Amino acid sequence: MSSNLHEPGLAVHCEDLTVSYAARPVLWDIDVDIPPGVMAAIVGPNGAGKSTLIKSILGLVRPTAGHITILGRPYKDQRRRVGYVPQRSSVDWDFPTTAIDVVMMGLYGQLGWFRRPGTKERQKASDALARVGMLDFADRQISQLSGGQQQRVFLARALVQDAEVYFLDEPMAGVDATTERAIVAILHALRDAGKTVIVVHHDLQTVRTYFDWMVILNVRVIAQGPVRDIYNADNLRRAYGGQVALLDRDKVLGETG
Amino acid sequence: MTMLAFLSDFTIQNVMAGAALLGIVSGVLGSFAVLRKQSLLGDTLSHAALPGICIGFLIAGVRDLPVLLAGALVTGAVAALLMVALTRTTRLKTDAGLGIALSLSFAVGIVLLTHIQATGGAGHGGLESFLFGQAAAILRSDIYVMAAIGAVALALVMAFWKEFKLVSFDPDYARTLGLPVLALDVTITVTIALAVVIGLQMVGVVLMAAMVVAPAAAARQWSNRLGTMVALAALFGMASGLFGALVSATARGLSTGPLIVLAASAIVLVSLAIAPGRGMVWEWLQRLKDRRALPSRRVLSTLYRLAAEHGNPAYPAEQTMLDAYHGTSTARGLERLKARGLVARAAHAPEFTPHWVLTPSGITEAEALLGHPNEDENQ
Ligand SMILES: Nc1ncnc2c1ncn2[C@@H]1O[C@H](COP(=O)(O)OP(=O)(O)OP(=O)(O)O)[C@@H](O)[C@H]1O
Ligand SMILES: [Mg+2]
Repeated sequence: MSSNLHEPGLAVHCEDLTVSYAARPVLWDIDVDIPPGVMAAIVGPNGAGKSTLIKSILGLVRPTAGHITILGRPYKDQRRRVGYVPQRSSVDWDFPTTAIDVVMMGLYGQLGWFRRPGTKERQKASDALARVGMLDFADRQISQLSGGQQQRVFLARALVQDAEVYFLDEPMAGVDATTERAIVAILHALRDAGKTVIVVHHDLQTVRTYFDWMVILNVRVIAQGPVRDIYNADNLRRAYGGQVALLDRDKVLGETG
Repeated sequence: MTMLAFLSDFTIQNVMAGAALLGIVSGVLGSFAVLRKQSLLGDTLSHAALPGICIGFLIAGVRDLPVLLAGALVTGAVAALLMVALTRTTRLKTDAGLGIALSLSFAVGIVLLTHIQATGGAGHGGLESFLFGQAAAILRSDIYVMAAIGAVALALVMAFWKEFKLVSFDPDYARTLGLPVLALDVTITVTIALAVVIGLQMVGVVLMAAMVVAPAAAARQWSNRLGTMVALAALFGMASGLFGALVSATARGLSTGPLIVLAASAIVLVSLAIAPGRGMVWEWLQRLKDRRALPSRRVLSTLYRLAAEHGNPAYPAEQTMLDAYHGTSTARGLERLKARGLVARAAHAPEFTPHWVLTPSGITEAEALLGHPNEDENQ
């Protein structure tokens, strides 16, 4: 068995990965390695290919070249060990369904064909909603939730999968400070329980407090490694180019700048 | 004719059974079409059925319903798959893809139909009745065919309920869970095609699309749960079917299909207007209520802030001062609040002008109004 494993010591391993849309490369020959048990940020400007990277790891986008393994095996063999929180804008929130129903969707893969979610699944979903502080909203129609609450429902849906590697696409976009703290606390708890948490993140100011690993991306990988080693003015300027002036160097980079 | 004799009339029984069947099945499957933003899919499938009916006739040589409907199903599916292929390989949006598939296949259907009419003589089988439907010509054996197709369609929905739901709501996530999204998409489309095929003989290819969309759109207004919505859509579809069948049977010269569609459209209009939570009248009443409650809410929060500033929950505020602060008379708002037990009059010597204090329940209410800015995030 173990002979099939490729880089089993890594939570995520991408090698020579190229992804293009309509012949235009969006990710160009990148290698990304993320060790298990870290909370990793994927940062980079708009259009850098962050969502594309996550989607190709999860098999939603087919790479032009390269290969990807999760905990040593291709994604299709590891689905049960992976949880996913998509960008909030990716679904129609007017769909006639309730918060707890959405959370139970996280269990559909484990349930298998023809079986409907029952009491056990409902209990698991309630527990996950309680963990994100949304139990009171379990029976609300999802369009009647605020943006931050919708994001927490998505998070609960991933929690209920009870995975080992979690991918989150901008979970902190458009949520207030309280919700952001709550989300970060949950993610830290996951990491402390030995899970790997990989987050597309936009706010450079909080990278150093929230994360211990980081991948700076802009079509190519600019830098990757422990946050304290690679969070510096040089790397950020190479990723963001001229935009770094907009980022207010002193505030973002602090004394490292 | 007595009611009993009327209902036991063989033809009327047939028409009613068929109309109810087509209403139920198109309501259920239409719900998925509407939620997947593929309302035009019903249109495409039904228009694409016409060439299939003609080809079925050319193959069978006679008007044999199972063969005609099988032909309709095949060409409907081909058109739908053509649409999928167009949108996946080119930059066309779904609605444009459906539009192209629709007009192309309908044009082919009309060409075939006129060809059959021109060459078939008396034996052309009255295929043009499939354009607008012809309920009176329905036989008992046709009903059995429709019931069998409907049973298959409903069984598919029951069997794949949770998969259909997830694929309609969040297809990307469904794929990460390992669901075969493409196969499920095709299954849903074919099942919708089955629903369309059931209605062809009675409602016809031109109006059948309305039966896919209308009951589902009406049901969406009344419910926030997929299960309830689908059940309601089935009910609305069945009611429209029975209405059309009964009215056309009693009043001479009115055809069933258009009556069914009219009934379904009436249900849509009523639902759009009055459904609680989404209907226009409901929203308008809600806004009116809000607007009338606004002045008293403002006064309440002013009282609360004054009390907070003075560190005294029972701080008596002078009415003229409240008037001045709001730039308008607050008397009516205050009376309203008093009627709800949220404020009380207070005497405040040495002045004799009216003063007001918050009651404990007034304080709770004001805190609820001011206290949860998060709740208002989306407004
Ligand atoms: N489905 C698609 N078809 C064609 N081009 C696409 C598609 N999705 C993304 N792109 C392009 O690929 C590039 C990378 O997109 P991606 O969504 O991965 O960026 P991102 O880093 O997530 O950006 P953001 O910060 O705005 O979310 C962009 O230039 C985008 O225009
Ligand atoms: Mg993105």
